[in-house]
Amino acid sequence: MSELVQTFRKEKTKEASRPDFRFRTILPILGVIVALATEILIPAHAKLKYANLPHYRYFLFIALSATILLGIASIFWGSLREKLNYRGAFIGGVFLFLTFLNLVTAKWMLLPQLYFPSIARIFSVFFEDSKLILTCIQSSLTLLVKGILIGFIAGMICGIAVGWSKKANYWIYPLIRILGPIPSSTWTPLALVVFPSAKGAAIFLIAFGVWFQITILTASGIQSVKKAYFEVSSTLGANDLQNLFKIAIPAASPSIFLGFFNATCSSFVALMAAEMIGCKSGLGWYVNWQKTMLSYPNVYAGLIVVAVFCYILVTLQFKVRDKLLSWQEGVVKW
Amino acid sequence: MVKELTTGAITAKNVRKEFLDPNGNQVIALEKVDVDIKPGEFICLIGPSGCGKSTFLRLVAGLIQPTEGNLYLDGEEIKKPSYERGLVFQDPTLFPWLNIYENIAFGLKTRHIFKENKEDVKEFIKLVKLEGFEKALPHHLSGGMAQRAGLARALVNHPKVLLLDEPFGALDAFTRMNMQDELLRIWKERGTTMIMVTHDVDEAVYLSDRIFVMTPRPAKIESIVNVDIGRNATYGRKRDSGDFLQLRSKILQILDYTGKAAADIEYNI
Repeated sequence: MSELVQTFRKEKTKEASRPDFRFRTILPILGVIVALATEILIPAHAKLKYANLPHYRYFLFIALSATILLGIASIFWGSLREKLNYRGAFIGGVFLFLTFLNLVTAKWMLLPQLYFPSIARIFSVFFEDSKLILTCIQSSLTLLVKGILIGFIAGMICGIAVGWSKKANYWIYPLIRILGPIPSSTWTPLALVVFPSAKGAAIFLIAFGVWFQITILTASGIQSVKKAYFEVSSTLGANDLQNLFKIAIPAASPSIFLGFFNATCSSFVALMAAEMIGCKSGLGWYVNWQKTMLSYPNVYAGLIVVAVFCYILVTLQFKVRDKLLSWQEGVVKW
Repeated sequence: MVKELTTGAITAKNVRKEFLDPNGNQVIALEKVDVDIKPGEFICLIGPSGCGKSTFLRLVAGLIQPTEGNLYLDGEEIKKPSYERGLVFQDPTLFPWLNIYENIAFGLKTRHIFKENKEDVKEFIKLVKLEGFEKALPHHLSGGMAQRAGLARALVNHPKVLLLDEPFGALDAFTRMNMQDELLRIWKERGTTMIMVTHDVDEAVYLSDRIFVMTPRPAKIESIVNVDIGRNATYGRKRDSGDFLQLRSKILQILDYTGKAAADIEYNI
């Protein structure tokens, strides 16, 4: 009997790992081939400057080998196959879009090349200017982490105080209501005077925005915890402090996380604004500075870095949230 | 099996509780409560809504304080909530961010006696038949399972008194009957004093030693009914015996629901 079960299981696992093929896993490869063919076969516009930059081509070659490898791997690996099959059309579409951009800029030059440079030129910036861009990323990250950390700690303290204690609520809450909604960039003139360095001012502006969001959502999260939780925990022997840390804060954590998410998103805005006013480094400064120099390839390159930078930070946050808040039923998806 | 029960006596002396309603008017939630509950007794509080059943339970739990009079547990005045008086609601109110094991261990952890009592947690998980669900989150459990977890969470603290506020009200009839038998088993094994609020006359007669029949306006204990019907092997009572039905109609009569309710229904038709 058990042998029978075993052979049956073997059969099953064999079936699961059998090479299989899905049509849409080819779409990324097709997309790259179209992009590559356009780039190689259609000559660049006669008036295009820096027409020989190879970076876009290199990128496409790398993309081609990557998509082919993925395609082959997906034949043997079921979960990857399903994923690639689902995403395939989108990835292919991205390369078609790049092809379109390539056509209207480098190939046919339908747009003024000063403001709309070729993809190859934008990509070349990552190599030529890589050192400066890296220092800018580092500088922005430092500002952001410091600002968010300070804002988060201050916000948690205020939020817990306002949400938990009636006295703190009486004294602090009106203050938050008045100060909080002021966009943090409005504080720029004051921040520049109060803080000795532009970096200090930038950290303050970021921290301010974060503080408000965290405070409001922590306080409202704690205030809306079901009373029954406290009643039950009290009859289980919890004292006031335990009720706060073991009931109120965990129960409010979805709300606190929502505040944190809003806060990081608004902190990107504050960061860019802050860096454009006084700092001599950072991604916001980089984009702004390159704009005044009229070097738009660098502006686009900077914007791409900003996008990737923010995307990574937000994704990281979602991962942490999914880990910490997996207990929630029907977690809200952003 | 029969233990000499010495703890878990509740005494209420001339208890009265008033509330202010949202308009600022005084509302009497409960008055003239003078009762003695013996250690290990099973008491049901029954009556229509507004009769002060839940108020009485909350007073015993220490979640609210009486306006007049005093309540005592084993002669000691009840002033605030304590693990000695466990509470179980109709909604099991498990903490959704903790898994079943952590929920049940919550009381021991808050009292900093978890390490030396780890075995107790296991034992109670077994008692309420939730082995294998230790790692499950509350929203993965069915209503009956969640309610059993809630029971275990209160019981692991070894409360002297267990306060139950319509614990089985949200369960279907079969789960409900099973849970009643499980509760009786736990009651017999542990000798905990049980005070249970219910809407269900059958449930009260099936379970309790004494039934406090309560009436609203003014909210008070109208009458205390001794249930002197013999218990069966599962400590419950034969639900279709003559005695059972007789006691049932007696309670309905006290609640003034037999003739009048029927008449009301007829009029409404």
